[in-house]
Amino acid sequence: MTEGYNFAYLDEQTKRMIRRALLKAVAIPGHQVPFGSREMPLPYGWGTGGIQVTASILGSADVLKVIDQGADDTTNAVSIRRFFAKTAGVATTTHTADATVIQTRHRIPEKTLRDDQIIVYQVPQPEPLFRLESSRVETRRMHGLADYGLMHVKLYEDVARFGQISISYDYPVLVNQRYLMSPSPIPAFDNPKMDRMPALQLFGAGREKRIYAIPPWTEVRSLDFDDHPFRAINAPEPCGLCGATDSYLDEVITDDHGGRLFVCSDTDHCAERRSAGHIGKDGFAEAAE
Amino acid sequence: MTLLRARGLSLRFKTIRALDDVAVDLWPGEVLAIVGESGSGKTTLLNVLSGRIAPDAGTVWYTDPEGEEHDVHAMPAPALRTLHRSDWGFVHQDPRQNLRMNVSAGGNVGERLMARGARHYGNIRAEAIDWLTQVEIDANRVDDLPRTFSGGMLQRLQIARTLVTHPRLVFMDEPTGGLDVSVQARLLDLIRTLVARLGIAAVLVTHDIAVARLLAHRIAVMQRGRVVETGLTDQVLDDPQHAYTQLLVSSVLQA
Repeated sequence: MTEGYNFAYLDEQTKRMIRRALLKAVAIPGHQVPFGSREMPLPYGWGTGGIQVTASILGSADVLKVIDQGADDTTNAVSIRRFFAKTAGVATTTHTADATVIQTRHRIPEKTLRDDQIIVYQVPQPEPLFRLESSRVETRRMHGLADYGLMHVKLYEDVARFGQISISYDYPVLVNQRYLMSPSPIPAFDNPKMDRMPALQLFGAGREKRIYAIPPWTEVRSLDFDDHPFRAINAPEPCGLCGATDSYLDEVITDDHGGRLFVCSDTDHCAERRSAGHIGKDGFAEAAE
Repeated sequence: MTLLRARGLSLRFKTIRALDDVAVDLWPGEVLAIVGESGSGKTTLLNVLSGRIAPDAGTVWYTDPEGEEHDVHAMPAPALRTLHRSDWGFVHQDPRQNLRMNVSAGGNVGERLMARGARHYGNIRAEAIDWLTQVEIDANRVDDLPRTFSGGMLQRLQIARTLVTHPRLVFMDEPTGGLDVSVQARLLDLIRTLVARLGIAAVLVTHDIAVARLLAHRIAVMQRGRVVETGLTDQVLDDPQHAYTQLLVSSVLQA
């Protein structure tokens, strides 16, 4: 741990303020709680909300995993992981099963989370209605009165125009049958994982200065119509490297002749499967080494 | 039992008496026209009756389908909002105030259904198309945006959007204002048919005596915030008692 920083970078008063907001957020599942977001040593949009939440819940015995689009090795994930290794001296890992705190951007790990884990989401826009209703006064009133007909008008328009609900990420959910919530820009594929998840889910939006949460085992329902039910969208092929058919896939363009490769977006999941001997059609025998 | 009952309504805007001890009774299935010149407090009265503006003094009671009376201005905000999107409807003079201009006609009509909890796309759409047909809008325009509609069509779309939840009470603020005469006639005919068929009670604000005569069962004449004369439409218009009503009736141009 580097000298000259308070544990996990933030000062204790700030952490207490954020913890108070977190407690309120957990008490009212899906409700956006305002908090005094601080300047962090990284730009807005890089996870300032998530990093502040992580900083205030982190203890010295915690093991931290950070993912960005499912990957452990992208710039955002690497720099946040290093940041906490430096300022808090906590152990870090890339294995989902070993982590006690997981900070994430755009994905939920494929491995089912346990009740002794906490997942922290980085949220760019906490207000699910912001594209439909520009006034925050009005959206607050709508949340207060649980008046969510407008969100369904958006879904109706989708079905009328495209024949299906066309939202592929940041798919709006209703938490605990009360609050409409933005799940942060995770793919709709991940929405079912939020429902009755054993782990505590915390959401931090740094620029918008909002925190919200889903307590463990809380009902999270994706909005839909009875005759156009919610469906998770995924690539129609198995993972090229590990052959998984049940994980969320990224499409990678491999050449300029139309060549493409579908791979698991969760790198830890993919690596684990490959080391267990699963090989996809574009993969190679890594475990044999 | 009255559907809507108001007593002693008073409201001042600074020095102007917008409402001065106004009493209103509305019975189920009845159309009440409020007529008067500009600035006489018609629209203010409509806003107070519908709970949109609180009066300085006086009370408005609404009788719900179970026969229970509610003080409209003492109601909690969620209850009033529920009332506004189910049992009540509001038709504005300018349909753009009420419609979502960037949402298709079908979505506009379906919004109140969805706000009330309808979650079956096929049923919502079928009902939207049914209502568009009822207000004489071609069913194949269900996916068009309201901005491609003419003024008369917009007004009819607004009426479809309001009536889709089968309200018991509709507030109308100059529903035919700003439309040309032939479109007005068609719209009036439509409103009269729908109101009669569905048994809707309505409070209708208009400055046009002809509109009141065509649609209303009863009429209330307003001048400077007071109701100066009230009675059956034909009675008031054929045999006006108050000097102001006489002036109003005699100033209608004969075609």
